[in-house]
Parts: sequence; C-alpha cells; structure tokens
Amino acid sequence: MNARAELPLHAPGTQVDKGYIGQSVPRENAKRLLQGRGSYIDDLRFPRLAHVVFFRSPHAHARIRKLDLAQAARQPGVIACFDGRAVAEYCTPWIAVLGHLKGIKSAPQHPIAIERACWQGEAVAAIVAESRAQGEDALAHVEAEWEELPALTDMRESLAGKYVIHPDLGDNVCFKRELVTEGFDAAWAKADIVVEESYKFGRHTGVTLEGRAILADYNAADHSLTVYHNTQAPHMMQDIFSRHLGIPEGNVRVVCKDVGGSFGIKVHVYADEMATAAISVMLRRPVKFVADRLESFLTDIHAREHEVTVRLACTKGGDIIGFDLDDLTAIGPYSVYPRTSGIEGNQVVNLTGGPYRHKHYRAKMHVVFTNKNLTCQYRAVGHPIAMALTEAIVDRAAAEIGLDPAEFRRRNLIPDDAYPYSEFPSGIKFERLSHHQCLDKLLALMDYKELRAEQAALRKQGIHRGIGLAAMIEVTNPSPAFYGVGGARISAQDGATLRLEPTGMLTVMCSVTEQGQGTDGIFAQIAASAVGVTLDKVRVITGDTGVTPYGGGTWASRGAGIGGEAVLQAGRALRSNMLDVAAAILSADKAELDIVGNEVVNKLTQEPKLSLAELGRIAYFRPDTLPPKFQSELTVTRHYTPRDYAFTFTNGIQASLVEVDPDTGFVKLLKHWCVEDCGTVINPMLVDEQIRGGVVQGIGAALFEECLYGPDGQLLNGNMADYLVPMCGEMPDIVVAHVETPTKQSALGAKGAGEAGTAGAPGAVMNAINDALAPLGARVTVQPATPERILEALGKV
Amino acid sequence: MEHTLETTITVNGTRVTRRVSARQHLVDFLREELGLTGAHYGCEHGVCGACTVRVDGEIVRGCLMLAVQANGRTVDTIEGLSDSGEIAGLQAAFHRRNALQCGFCTPGMLMAAQDLARTRPDATREEIREHMSGNYCRCTGYHAIVDAVEDALKQSAQTGGKR
Repeated sequence: MNARAELPLHAPGTQVDKGYIGQSVPRENAKRLLQGRGSYIDDLRFPRLAHVVFFRSPHAHARIRKLDLAQAARQPGVIACFDGRAVAEYCTPWIAVLGHLKGIKSAPQHPIAIERACWQGEAVAAIVAESRAQGEDALAHVEAEWEELPALTDMRESLAGKYVIHPDLGDNVCFKRELVTEGFDAAWAKADIVVEESYKFGRHTGVTLEGRAILADYNAADHSLTVYHNTQAPHMMQDIFSRHLGIPEGNVRVVCKDVGGSFGIKVHVYADEMATAAISVMLRRPVKFVADRLESFLTDIHAREHEVTVRLACTKGGDIIGFDLDDLTAIGPYSVYPRTSGIEGNQVVNLTGGPYRHKHYRAKMHVVFTNKNLTCQYRAVGHPIAMALTEAIVDRAAAEIGLDPAEFRRRNLIPDDAYPYSEFPSGIKFERLSHHQCLDKLLALMDYKELRAEQAALRKQGIHRGIGLAAMIEVTNPSPAFYGVGGARISAQDGATLRLEPTGMLTVMCSVTEQGQGTDGIFAQIAASAVGVTLDKVRVITGDTGVTPYGGGTWASRGAGIGGEAVLQAGRALRSNMLDVAAAILSADKAELDIVGNEVVNKLTQEPKLSLAELGRIAYFRPDTLPPKFQSELTVTRHYTPRDYAFTFTNGIQASLVEVDPDTGFVKLLKHWCVEDCGTVINPMLVDEQIRGGVVQGIGAALFEECLYGPDGQLLNGNMADYLVPMCGEMPDIVVAHVETPTKQSALGAKGAGEAGTAGAPGAVMNAINDALAPLGARVTVQPATPERILEALGKV
Repeated sequence: MEHTLETTITVNGTRVTRRVSARQHLVDFLREELGLTGAHYGCEHGVCGACTVRVDGEIVRGCLMLAVQANGRTVDTIEGLSDSGEIAGLQAAFHRRNALQCGFCTPGMLMAAQDLARTRPDATREEIREHMSGNYCRCTGYHAIVDAVEDALKQSAQTGGKR
C-alpha cells in the first residue's frame, strides 16, 4: 500500500509530516488481545514463583495489640510470614509531600502497618505461599488482637479536630489553600445577582477490570530487581524501588506487560506492592501479588469526596463577575506517595470557573485526613468537581436572569480571539482555546433548538426530559510544574528511540506506556509518517525501563502530546540520517532524495531509487562499500518536554439528554454529545472511543458510583455487585466531534484527550437532571444522583 | 490433604485429564493447570463477565463453576474459538471499530457476542446492548462494542453465514 495515497487529514496550521496523522487506523496490538493472547501480570509463569497475600485490618482505626503469625506459618504451602517490622528492615517508609504545595503534610507510611492500622484494609501482615489459595487458607490462622481506636470518617469532624489521626502532625489538615484576587470585595459588591449552592460529590474509584498486580523478581547474585508491574509510570517506580529498597537504580528494571485499564489508579505507590518487592528481596525469589476485587475496593486509591459551596456573582445583563469557592475534601489517613493527595483539591481551586472570562475569584480549600481508604489522582483529577460545580451554578445564574443556558454560556465563555489568555483569576494560562467554536458545533450537532421544542411539548404530556450543558477545560501535556518543581522524581520529559532494521522495518521505543488507549498505535502512525514507511513496517515497544528512553509514562493526558512529539522528532532525524546513507549509496545529492512508501525516491520525479531493505542491508552488512569516512547512524533518540506553558489546556463542551421518572427517581440517559479540542487528532477513532470511555466514567460518577462507608469506617459496598459501574444496556450512544486547535509548542500540535470525557460528563448529566426537575421545583446537588436522592429532592421520601 | 477428583474435560477439542482439587474453579483450572490465560479474573464473584467461557455450548462464568463440574463436558475458550475461526468475523469487527482498549474484558465480550450471534442473529441495537450488559468494560464506553457486534451480525446475515 502506498502511504502517499491515503493522505493528510491533519489540522490546518500543524507542521506534521504527511502520512497517517489523522487516519482512523486500527491498532496492531489489539489483535493479540482479541485472541486472549495478551500477557497481563497474572498470566506470567516463573520458576519458584511464590504468591503473597495480605492480612488486612478489619478495623478503620485500631492498635495492634498482638499479631501471632506462628500458626499461619505452619499451614500447608506457606513459605514465610512477615509483619510490618520485618518488611521495614528492607524497605524504608515514605512521606508524600511536594515542595510547591505550601504547607502540605503527611505521616510516614510503611509497606506494612506497624503498631497501628489507619483504615479498613490496610495490610498488617504478609503471608507467602506456594499458591495463592494456600496463602489465603493460612490467613484464617493469623491471630490478631486489636484495640479499636476512634474512627474519623466525617470530614467536617476531621477539620474540627474531633480526634487527631496523627498526633505528631498537630491537626488533621493535610493541605489548605486560599486565594483572593485584588479588588474582589469591591467587584462583588457591584453584583446585581449572587447565586449560591452547595454540592456533595461522593467517593468513587477506578475499578480497573484487571486488578493491581506486581511480580517482583530479585536476583541475589547481582543484587538486581526486575519488577513486572502494571504501572503507568515505570521509570518513576524504578526510582522508588531503588531508593526505598536500597538497590542501585541501574539494577532495577520495571517492565509493564499488557495493562488491563489504569485511569490513574495504577500511577501511585501502593504499600502492599512495595511490600511485595521487599519480600522478593527477603526471600531471594520471584513473588507475585494480584489484588482481588475485594482488595481493590479497599485499597485501590479512591477519589473525589468533596463538599463544596460556591457562589457566582453577575450583572443583571448576564455577565459573570466572579466565583467564590469553599471546598472541603477528605483523603484517608495518608497522602499518597509520591504525587500526594493535595493535587485534586488544588486542581479544583485552579479550575473552578475555567471556561469563563470573569476577573474575580476567591477560593478556600481544605484537604483533611480521615480513617477511610486513601484517595489520590484518578482520571481527570479535580476537573469533574470543578466543572460540575461551575456548570451547575452557571445554570442557576442563567435561570435567575432568565437567559437560556446556551446563551448565558455564549455570553461568558472566553472569546476565541482572546488568546494567549493570561487574565484567568486563578493564575492558569491558556495558549489557545476554542470555546465558541465548540459551543456552536455542539448546538448544531444536537439540534439544540429542536430538542428544546420537543422538551417543551413532552412536558405538556407529563414527560420530564432535561438537557444539560457543561463547558470544560482540561489540563494536558504537563510541564515539570505538576510534580518536578515540588521535588518529586517524576519525569516531565519523554523520549523516543527509532531504529531502522536491516530489512527496512522500523522499531520504535518510547517511554510513554500503553494501557489500551492506543499509545503504541499512534506512535506507529507518527513514526511511519515521519520516516516515510508504511504502517506494517513499524513495531513499537513501550513499558520497559531496560529498553526505552527515560520518561514520565502515562498520566495527565500527556502521552500523545509529549511522547508523540518525541517520536515525531526522532522520526525526522532518522529520516535525515537515512537520506545520508542513501546519498552515499547512490552517490547522489541528499537534497534531491526523499523517502516515500518504504523507498528512497527522487524528490522531484518520485522515481524509486533504493528500497529501504536494500539501504539497511548495505548500511549494516556491507558498509565496506560506502565511502571510507562514512558512518551510518540508523538509531536515533529524541526527547521532548513542554517549556512554554505549565500546562497545555484543552477545552470542550458536553451535552446530556435525560428523562427523569418523578415517581421512581430513575434517570434514563437518552443521548450524550461531546465536542472537544485536543489539537491535532492523530487517530480519530481512538480519540473518539477514549472520549466515550471517559464520558461513561463521568456518567458513573454522576449517577451510580459511590464508595459507601458506615460511621465506623467500614466500606459497605466494596464489591462489583454493590458498587455500580455503568453497564452497556443503560448507556446511551455518545456523539463525539472535534475542533482542532493545535498547540504551537510542538510540531505535532497534539494536546491530551484522555480525561476530557470524565471531566465534563458529571456536570452535563447533573444539569440535565435538574433541567428535567425544574418544572417540579426540585434540584439535585449530590453526586451520584441516585433514584433515592432524586426522590428526596422531590420531597417524596 | 486436599480433596481431589480425577476430571476429564474436552478443552478446545482436546481431551485433558487431571486430578483436580474439588474447590478449584473452572477459570483457575484453565489458567493454572492448562495455561489458557485468555479468560480473566475480573471480580471472582460472577458479576463482570471477564472469565466467560463456553461449556457444552452455553456461556458460563468461569469463576462460578467448579472445574469438577465440567467433568465429561466440553469447554471452549477464547483461544479455541480464535484458532477454529468461529469468531473471526466478530474479531475483525472489534478490531476495525476499536471495540476494545485494554483488552481485559474482550475475551468475555467476544464470548457473549458470539452467544448472541448464535441465538439471536437478528438482534437490534437495543437488544445487543441488553445482551452485552452482563459483561463490564471500563475503557470503551460500550458504543464501539455495540457498533462492532451490530456490524458482525449484519455481515453474517449478508453472507448467509449463521455459524
């Protein structure tokens, strides 16, 4: 197939090389997954592999009076049992703080709790056995005596200091932030209208279908550790294993095989995984831990859990003057290492009011400790909260003034010609956004006017449909401003190595990882386009610190924008080097040559001159035939990190159409639309489906998902039957469209797309429900909006 | 000593006999004893569908059935269905539509989709959504999965091929 024939759909203004950019090419690596021939951590088979299971605290907060592992150690198949002190001999504790989050504090956390457990599910002992079943059998023989301590589960009681979970810290406040813009009070005093509302966002979690898994293989002979780990950030983990286990960085290799979903759940340091690595060192053999579903609910990071009051001031003409935010969020007993649990609240402060051109802002935000499972960064970090509360209060203001919600937004969205925009009151900066183009496209796509007319007609028949809009912004392509400046050893830079093989094949190795989002696929598209080969010639390797360049991995919607640019630059450099070789072989002028469809061609006539297989053969096997001083360089590495902006913001807008049954409180999702702008779209099919997946996770947050805790800190619904995730039957078709405003910071022009769906959907769905309920005089301000909560809002229960 | 029973199962067309622990689930048997790792543990309590396999032609949750219960029966897994070509059309449609991301749910999804193709080849989009609701996917948003199944059913109807 000739690559030139299927040409560029890329966005105007980008500087991308022609080829596959913008094409909906199916992913090569999906083929093995479709045959069940993927290789997830639990599929690996090793000689002498031992299995680790954990004895976990049944209490939310309790002192360990006695822990007797002797009986457990005598059970069939048991190899060893360890308590926290034993593991601490091999693995140092950590404290998750960042320098740029001023005042953030947390307590030291050990791989296995010592003396005290601070949440239900915290590991207090490890049992290693020949099989997992034998290990789990032995758990029943652990003898533990507990002194229960008061469990702090309510975030307001935590803030008030009813008890202090870590007395050394003085109080329960992990982090707080306040900001107020100059002239706030004076501006606020001029407002014609102020609307205020409080919102509650439940705790939820990622529910990756594959649980967390780690297989650590310590080799005592050379003091090396190879860790097979379904992490999103292998180099970060290499550094952490090295420092906390005392093994030189060069002796630690982290390998990611296929990863069964991550969504931010698998980017953190988990105590039980650190314990597993330490136990491999202790036992000098490979050991494996795979979290089962019950463990996942108890120990995979949770997220959200915010109680927020927000006020919006505007003129009677409908111009927003400012926002006033008070956010309280609870994170469990420890800040999560190494990214900290202060980021989500910080993001809510940064992003509230995000799409709009108001000038005034006041914010107060507290992050407090509780005796529930830890929370940390999960897909869209803070965005779903900030966007939902912003969009809900914006709808309130529009209703107060009597303006249509779409019209109110049009009036207040930052104009498309206002960029670069540095006046946003929280201090974030926007390179170039396209709010108005997106709004126009959305309204046309959904036939907004027609839908409103239909809604009005149906209301007369007693059918309560609602239309909800949610504009949004999203942090993508982060610079070191996210973590590096705070002292975290997390790379903001990524690298790509491209190698031309003797047969004319292209091998791409990149530090960004693949969890199913299509990293490998889009890197192949970029590399093939940059070098001039067809897609079938490209193989991509990711997720191995022993092989790829150093880099950050996958998080904060950075893979395409940062890793993709590294691949593009490496591809361009390799193409140039290949042309040097071709020029030497052909005794031609390099400037007259080009590479197209696996051939070196004459640039003007496109006449084939030399196949890449022949180029490779000569360069590798017969360099003696080349000019005496000539040295070919057919492996090239390039790196990229964004430098011009702290974050490359994207924007978009979503709409939800729902029908609410006021008798049962049930919400039927009829349709969902998303128009977003992630800059250059590399593979529309992959982007669309990733956005849809994100939307569905956002819908889960809005309607179904919540980690429910009792007052004693017991998780009440920690299994897949009771914790509801969206199913196929209740999800609507989701229409996705794009506006492409490439970032000028890179040649590729790609911004991130992975989190937009999750960022905007909760606000859109909440607004749709409230739009449906409006004639009934009810509003729901708690997520998830369960039938019970809707009936409560209607005063029916 | 653990209670074990001699168990003979025809797995993907091959008869295998093992002494099997009475408590071992079918999916553990397939994964641990036979190395057929295509069926996955997602929840181990019968909700998510990632461990779906076929026993005597019916789809079952591999985590809810004991291996010894399959004694004397026929079990088909994703590996077998792939090699026989039985689900080649579905796999191609899933690939073309990108109806998978991480792929962890995919073997179970394909098992469920093939069950629909065999029992209700004329299923509507709504019926496809309903039928596939026993299998959780956390990545895709389901839309592409529904598209792919719809494509495969149509394709199959056009070619007259009711497998």
